[in-house]
Amino acid sequence: MTLITRRNLVGSLGVTAGGLLLSGCDRIAAAPKVQQVLSLGEGLTIRAQRLVSDRTALAREFSASDMSPFFRTNGNTMPGSDEYATHVTNGFADWRLKVDGLVRRPQAFSLAQIKAMSARTQITRHDCVEGWSAIGKWTGLPLKLALDAAGVLPSARYVVFHCADDSDGTPYYESIDLVDAYHPQTILAWGMNDQLLSVGHGAPLRLRVERQLGYKQAKYVMRVQAVDSLQGIAAGKGGYWEDVSNYQWYAGI
Amino acid sequence: MSSLPTGQTASGGDLIYRQRRPVRIWHWINALSIVIMLMSGLMIFNAYPQLYWGQYGANQQTPWLAIWQVNTSGFLRLGPVTLPTTGVLGFANGQAHAFPGLVTIPTSYNLAAARQWHFFFAWLLVVPGILFWLWAFATLHIQRDLAPTLDELRPRNLWQDIKNHARLRFHTDEAARRYNILQKLSYVGVIFGLIPVMVLTGLTMSPGMDAAWPWLLSVFGGRQSARSIPSSAQRCWSAS
Repeated sequence: MTLITRRNLVGSLGVTAGGLLLSGCDRIAAAPKVQQVLSLGEGLTIRAQRLVSDRTALAREFSASDMSPFFRTNGNTMPGSDEYATHVTNGFADWRLKVDGLVRRPQAFSLAQIKAMSARTQITRHDCVEGWSAIGKWTGLPLKLALDAAGVLPSARYVVFHCADDSDGTPYYESIDLVDAYHPQTILAWGMNDQLLSVGHGAPLRLRVERQLGYKQAKYVMRVQAVDSLQGIAAGKGGYWEDVSNYQWYAGI
Repeated sequence: MSSLPTGQTASGGDLIYRQRRPVRIWHWINALSIVIMLMSGLMIFNAYPQLYWGQYGANQQTPWLAIWQVNTSGFLRLGPVTLPTTGVLGFANGQAHAFPGLVTIPTSYNLAAARQWHFFFAWLLVVPGILFWLWAFATLHIQRDLAPTLDELRPRNLWQDIKNHARLRFHTDEAARRYNILQKLSYVGVIFGLIPVMVLTGLTMSPGMDAAWPWLLSVFGGRQSARSIPSSAQRCWSAS
């Protein structure tokens, strides 16, 4: 029991640990088994957060005086396609938002139709996964209304947002589950800070999912698709950053 | 506190465990989880090495702390003071990162991976921590062993204990079976202060938790304030 004294143990550990630490850590970190175990954290986190949250618990809404004086753009700031450029030139007059997938009545809304439907305005905080935060005012169509117009089928479990922008040919896309899809603050925003949504911020529509981080708030939304599984889309992890860089699908934290 | 029944004085040669098994277990779980939380936390910080105070903060606001590099020189700014930190912060070993690979998990920039480590080991920090709290209150470990007495808190006693520690004069008799006042203050400070604050500030940075527990934002004065605090708490921790 006392053959190994604390002093011996700590001393020898300290000596060996230093050298092995760096190279050992990286090799451990890269092992597939380790990756599998670490990803259990995401499941625990979403379950725990949903356990302590009311379905409709609202993200904090601020007053006009709390807004960031300047709200930076981030990520892609203009889709590269000719099609998009044409839409910008004629004010998105010919642009349509498709709502399809596992729905009874696929829809194609014009921007004018969307703006005429019931709108929600919310002053909320946008949190980038990298660490910065900005508070802006968003006006848009509650996603619930678009989904109800299309009549989502009972087999649907996720809503996927297909976007006009891409990075090196890989299109941006994102997805949320139905709890977040029907949340009161989940809107397709067409207005920002009392003006029409700018190109840099995702014109004509950007998704707001206020209880999750910034990379989920897809810009340049072209199509809303109800699906029963994320597997069949792109690389199957539910979003561009999830597929490309292994970011968590659930970005509540 | 020891393997002898209470009241029975030890004689020479008796083996005394000065910490009970649950305390040891929790301590070593923490030794692992805190180190990993710290190292992965530094990588997460590296993604945006600027700290603000308040409800928001981005490039247009002035951070109270920033680490950056210009070519191959590193800098740290704390308030109005800018310090050159080449070789340690900002730029070290040919890499331009706020904190160098030596102290981050993973060693080279990967925010997604750092978050994976961070949010897995967060559970290893929180669950045993809650269990320890429950055990410590239920077995009166807090009340009997950790709670400082009024006598111990008297300035003269505190000062005496500090002087003894400085001279490396530790209790060797029966008194060694109890925690001294500096130990008590340290342990209570960590168990009820530093660890809960770090966990709560972490939760405050979560948009999901801000909706579930809006009081988090009120307590810390905003998500960016919450982001500032863990780094300060960690420095206090290392010092203690």
